Amino acid sequence: MDTAVARVADWWRRVLASDVLHSFRSSRLVMLSAAVAAIYFSGAMLAPWLAPQDPFDLAKLQLLDAFTPPVWMEGGEARFPLGSDNQGRDVLSTIMFGSRVSLLVGVASVLFAMLLGVTLGLISGYVGGSVDAFIMRVADIQLSFPAILIALLIDGMVRLAIPGSRHTELAVLVLILSIGLSFWVQYARTVRGVTMVEKNKEYVLAARVIGVPPALIMLRHVLPNVMGPTLVIATINLATAVITEATLSFLGVGVPPTQPSLGTLIRIGNDFLFSGEWWITIFPGAALAILVLSVNLLGDWLRDALNPKLR
Amino acid sequence: MADPLLKVEDLKVEFPTRRGTLVAVDGVSLHIDPGEVLGVVGESGAGKSMTGNAIIGLLEPPGRVAGGRILFEGRRIDDLPYEEMRKIRGRHIGAIFQDPLTSLNPLYTVGRQLIETIRTHDEAVGETDARTRALGLLREVGIPAAEARIDHYPHQFSGGMRQRVVIALALCANPRLIIADEPTTALDVSIQAQIIALIKRLCREHGTAVMLVTHDMGVIAETADRVAVMYSGRIAEIGPVREVIKHPRHPYTVGLMGSIPKVGQRREKLTQIEGTMPRLNAIPRGCAFNPRCPKVFARCREERPDPRPTPGGAVACWLNAAAGRPA
Amino acid sequence: MIAFVIRRLLQSIVVMLTVAFVAFFLFNFVGDPINNMVGQDTSMADRERLRQDLGLNDPFPVRFATFVGNALQGKFGVSYRMAEPVGRLIASRLPATLELSLMAASFALLVGIPMGVYTGLYPKRLSSRFFLTISLIGISLPTFLIGILLILVFAVLLGVLPSFGRGDVVKLGWWSTGFLTASGWKAVVLPAITLGLFQMTLIMRLVRSEMLEVMRTDYIKFARARGLTDRAVHFGHALKNTLVPVITITGLQLGAIIAFAIVTETVFQWPGMGLLFLQSVQFADIPVMATYLILIAFFFVVINLIVDLLYYVVDPRLRIDVQIRAN
Repeated sequence: MDTAVARVADWWRRVLASDVLHSFRSSRLVMLSAAVAAIYFSGAMLAPWLAPQDPFDLAKLQLLDAFTPPVWMEGGEARFPLGSDNQGRDVLSTIMFGSRVSLLVGVASVLFAMLLGVTLGLISGYVGGSVDAFIMRVADIQLSFPAILIALLIDGMVRLAIPGSRHTELAVLVLILSIGLSFWVQYARTVRGVTMVEKNKEYVLAARVIGVPPALIMLRHVLPNVMGPTLVIATINLATAVITEATLSFLGVGVPPTQPSLGTLIRIGNDFLFSGEWWITIFPGAALAILVLSVNLLGDWLRDALNPKLR
Repeated sequence: MADPLLKVEDLKVEFPTRRGTLVAVDGVSLHIDPGEVLGVVGESGAGKSMTGNAIIGLLEPPGRVAGGRILFEGRRIDDLPYEEMRKIRGRHIGAIFQDPLTSLNPLYTVGRQLIETIRTHDEAVGETDARTRALGLLREVGIPAAEARIDHYPHQFSGGMRQRVVIALALCANPRLIIADEPTTALDVSIQAQIIALIKRLCREHGTAVMLVTHDMGVIAETADRVAVMYSGRIAEIGPVREVIKHPRHPYTVGLMGSIPKVGQRREKLTQIEGTMPRLNAIPRGCAFNPRCPKVFARCREERPDPRPTPGGAVACWLNAAAGRPA
Repeated sequence: MIAFVIRRLLQSIVVMLTVAFVAFFLFNFVGDPINNMVGQDTSMADRERLRQDLGLNDPFPVRFATFVGNALQGKFGVSYRMAEPVGRLIASRLPATLELSLMAASFALLVGIPMGVYTGLYPKRLSSRFFLTISLIGISLPTFLIGILLILVFAVLLGVLPSFGRGDVVKLGWWSTGFLTASGWKAVVLPAITLGLFQMTLIMRLVRSEMLEVMRTDYIKFARARGLTDRAVHFGHALKNTLVPVITITGLQLGAIIAFAIVTETVFQWPGMGLLFLQSVQFADIPVMATYLILIAFFFVVINLIVDLLYYVVDPRLRIDVQIRAN
């Protein structure tokens, strides 16, 4: 594994020394997106300490505080900078805790998809033959359906297999699995392509001749070569995963209301749109949009920076 | 002598880039008489194609004509509005590009592309008449079974046949000048001679002048009436083919001559010019050729030589100025 | 051509069978179908009889064949939740979803393609950059958020368009259409924009990048060199060459539109299949889920087939290749 680590480290060094850093510095928009993404990640991670209020501590919630408008509007209070929701929770705090759930599910499902996709891609590309044909057929069929549908279906199946109360506990995990399962194809395809090219190179052949086990060859030699494209897909995928999570939660099949993500918050707030309490839904919505936009911009930039040919 | 068909005066083509402006063509002057074949020769990047593109008004942005004038039949064309220039392209000045494989739209039959071009330039022609003319053109460029081939798509033709179609397209509206930009480079060697002969024959029959851009001195020697040798965006030497070949005055021309194999001189080694042409952002002071020139002397490194007249042409070399005779 | 169609049809049948198998698997192995049908107090003997009557004790392949056979006849079982035949349930919801999808797709194509062409032809213009920025936002905003924003602006603040439902519908046989009443048209505006916006931006960006690519090709340069009008070059030559990838993506996206209708229908309480499916997921109503899955797969397969056939209409290279192979 040492060589693999060294290769990755080496790859990073090359990346940092190359055009990537240059193009990063040269684009203000990219730097802004990076800053926004960093604020989100740290804000979400440190939410229990930074948030003005713990929105899940039922003891501290006062129904009297419900529907307080944002601070700059008439009737606003300094305690609730962005207003409060129907249960008297501070919207800013729910957004911070909500981003936490959204990012957790997003990152975890991307990692899961990556792990699954890279593994299947490596196997498919390296072993070839009927294994390859089977995996790619499954990928083809899955790819012709939108991710959201796959995730919904998996969610529905799990809901049926696991009884109600247990399901609520496992909801986040189920969500991660269903989103992850709906995104693996891209990784598998890319990794398979790279693997097929790499496996015929002489150093891999040489390793095979001297009897290095295939699994080790893949880990040491092939894996480092697929890191670049995988990272690009992962970044762009993160935005999609966050959107998918929000959509599922909005549809009411995502995370349970006890553990609201941004999507859940928007769904809850949506009921109050007509009665004029727009802030309950619009602020989480804006938070989600800005998060996704900045991750998307970062992904676009990373893709262009690592692939000068595309420009 | 009658007025030249085309006159290029002190043409300058620039490419503004982020790291400064590159000068791709710098002070090029040349003329082409009616019915004449002018060869333009030089290494890739010497500005030959750029000059051709500037003449037909199709420089790829951000390239632009930054100075000089281009006159066609005595009329200035380099500053014409796009729509005016469009009417000249194809109708008065045709063009043939390097790669016949990619010059034709893959989605239309060759007949449709011919008819479209014919009707664009002569709106009075009906569909049927245009088709008859298209058939005639295909026969003229030597496409066998033209009646059947006219309804075929480009990918059903071989490279040489496609270039014949391209020539037919360029000749559609009987232009008085054709810019042929490396018309044979992408083709098999065996086909190259046929295509060159075809261009030569057709242009003679139609009285069309040709600006033949190539890096192949052999093709020039065979085809052109006069030749312009370009180096680093400038004209090194220009003059009648026979004169330039027999008495090359610029050391670069001498080098180019040395790189053509000649029948009957088998013993003699082919010479090559040492080094490579400078990049556009690193053109040396003085004569651009000085780092590679076997006869370089102090003045070449300091001052840029301007073209000086020779019998029937001009040469930009200090040797010529100093000695006043062929180098 | 016919061989190709048959091959594609066979592939489609394989895909449909696979999806049917997944649906069948759902039906029979996720949870106990008997449990889902009968009450808690049904005796073991009754359960066993029901099991026998439903053919659940038959060998696996027989059951699958029965399932497919029933599906082909439109028999998809009875909804657990609504206690109604699924076929009838879906049929009552189908028109709403298809009409919404049709409007969304039209919006995506009729706005996306012209904007893509415009931004591709004039990438430097301020308006192009403006469109591109808008499109980035369109890609980053989740569908349901767009819906909420549109409701906020047009239904709550301005009060000009309805925020839910289909408006008045007219029955044409079993099909109910909203296209024959003014309120139906008003009701479809916001949902169609919500559903189509993502695809619109996607198509716009795709057409733009394809346009940029094609405009750089030699055949476009040659078309210009022949003096063709801008109109002919842009729309006759360039746009047609961008169509193949556009058709592919549009085909895939049409399927995505039908599937994403789930979200839009939820936001706007649009009484379509998506809303039905979502409710059945929440209640684990397997027959409805399975049927929806099969139906969506059917749409995908049909769309893919149409896309493949369209390629053959657009691109002669494919057409001829098939002929050659067939000979």
